[in-house]
Amino acid sequence: MAEFDLAIIGAGPAGMAAAVVAEKAGLRVALLDEQQRPGGQIYRDVSRASADRVRVLGADYSYGAGLTTALAESGVQHIHGAVVWAVEDGFRLSYTANGTAAQVSAQRVLIATGALERPMPLPGWTLPGVMTAGAAQILLKGSGVLPQRAVLAGSGPLIYLVAAQMVRAGVPPLALVETQTRGDLSRALRHLPGALRGWRGLAKGLGLIRELRRAGVKRFTGADRLTVEGTDKAEALCFRAGGEDHRIACETVLLHHGVVPNTQVARSIGVSHRWSSAQQAFTPVLEAWGGTDRPGLFIAGDGAGIGGAMVAELSGRLAALKLAEEAGHLSISERDRRAAPLLRARSRELAIRPFLDAAYPPYPGALRPDNDTLICRCEEVTAGEIRQTAALGCLGPNQAKSLTRAGMGPCQGRYCGLTVTSLLSETTGQSPDETGYYRIRPPLKPVTLAELAAMAETGATDPEGE
Amino acid sequence: MPADSPFVALSHPERLVPVQVDGKELMLPEGENLAASLLAAGVRSFRETPVSGAPRAPFCMMGACFDCLVEIDGIQRQACMLSVTEGMDITRPRGATHG
Repeated sequence: MAEFDLAIIGAGPAGMAAAVVAEKAGLRVALLDEQQRPGGQIYRDVSRASADRVRVLGADYSYGAGLTTALAESGVQHIHGAVVWAVEDGFRLSYTANGTAAQVSAQRVLIATGALERPMPLPGWTLPGVMTAGAAQILLKGSGVLPQRAVLAGSGPLIYLVAAQMVRAGVPPLALVETQTRGDLSRALRHLPGALRGWRGLAKGLGLIRELRRAGVKRFTGADRLTVEGTDKAEALCFRAGGEDHRIACETVLLHHGVVPNTQVARSIGVSHRWSSAQQAFTPVLEAWGGTDRPGLFIAGDGAGIGGAMVAELSGRLAALKLAEEAGHLSISERDRRAAPLLRARSRELAIRPFLDAAYPPYPGALRPDNDTLICRCEEVTAGEIRQTAALGCLGPNQAKSLTRAGMGPCQGRYCGLTVTSLLSETTGQSPDETGYYRIRPPLKPVTLAELAAMAETGATDPEGE
Repeated sequence: MPADSPFVALSHPERLVPVQVDGKELMLPEGENLAASLLAAGVRSFRETPVSGAPRAPFCMMGACFDCLVEIDGIQRQACMLSVTEGMDITRPRGATHG
């Protein structure tokens, strides 16, 4: 089994930045990532993006090429196309790459698995043609593919960014159906003075909104009762806004109402998580450098709490400094000297978050879906079935899972877990922390017997051999 | 690009290779993401669910939702995590009612 001082899971901004800092400090670093090329979802395929694609995606995207270049020039062992399906104490990581299971061992582990789109269950959200706004961006970044008759629905700055990129690409969205209200905006205003420290981010957001207005993209705000119509594919988005019912015929509906930490790996190894009411999601309990309650196990990036790409990169560097110091490659004073400017920059980058969280809250209709709405996409379980189990005395998600099969399908609760917790919590009156979350166990992603059989002590466990 | 695809591609692929989808030949861009290429080629439904037989297509494009599962060489795999290779033999999983 190949041995490393540090194994990092995820090659997004946090993982790439941490890997380079730690390797430069003298650690032997393995960086395992599911994709073929580094970048994570935010900088996906940036190392091979054409000039045309960069023009559409913008400077915040091409910035990521600096990170991928630094990674390529480093001595970090980047194991690409590696799906990590188990992390065990010690630490031992099991993964599949190129149809073969393999393992690496490491003294320390940094989880940098980023975020998932917040589940947005509404009637019709499982129909072909309904995707996340993040999925549309991945199609654009990785493949230069865009939906041509699309509606964007939900809330948050990502909706403006995706819409602006579609405008630049010459296929503007038919409309933006935004669920945030005037009330949300006025409640957010008290956070504005603090947010002004992050004025660059605010200016970018306003710039995007201006770009959409110039392009004549129709916007609805305060939208409610969102429903996707269609029998075997999405045909229209229906909603209520401004006291009127609307129906927009379309072929693609792009949903987004924020992203949430991807906690699968951390939960599988027993890291404690707490409910964040500001982010309306569970976040891992961490000390200032990103360390968990398990010695040697760190988390950086959006998986530690949503902060965006720049915060992720800075947090990755900070975690790497601490990890290098713990491994004896950096003195405490050198660690702190190098950390000081990073901490200042991170605090500036985070200044805008309270304003954004308040101005663009999740769509309430998807946090508490109607009884008929499917909330578990894999096993096709409705919100009503979860409420019913709660009414029968079911207190926690694991019992609800046994009773309804919600969370038992291949996605392992990634797109229903938060909904199940909030539905149980709503019915029982218990807090999300009291209600808890699914117990996550390995394998974190499906692994076939053939892939396991191919894992021998020789060859397959050596990432050099792939 | 079929006129009836809800998706457009910004640039023209360098090399198209034949793949089979349920026994029908499609020309897809070699080395590109399989899920994206199938969408751009006008494939609307990737599978039927085992529970109700409902049609599904890519939802997250990042390996998390498993809605883009297709069968390749007898194994269900996530189309969004694969690249197009020449001669790929793809079967769209049918719902439970089809056995």
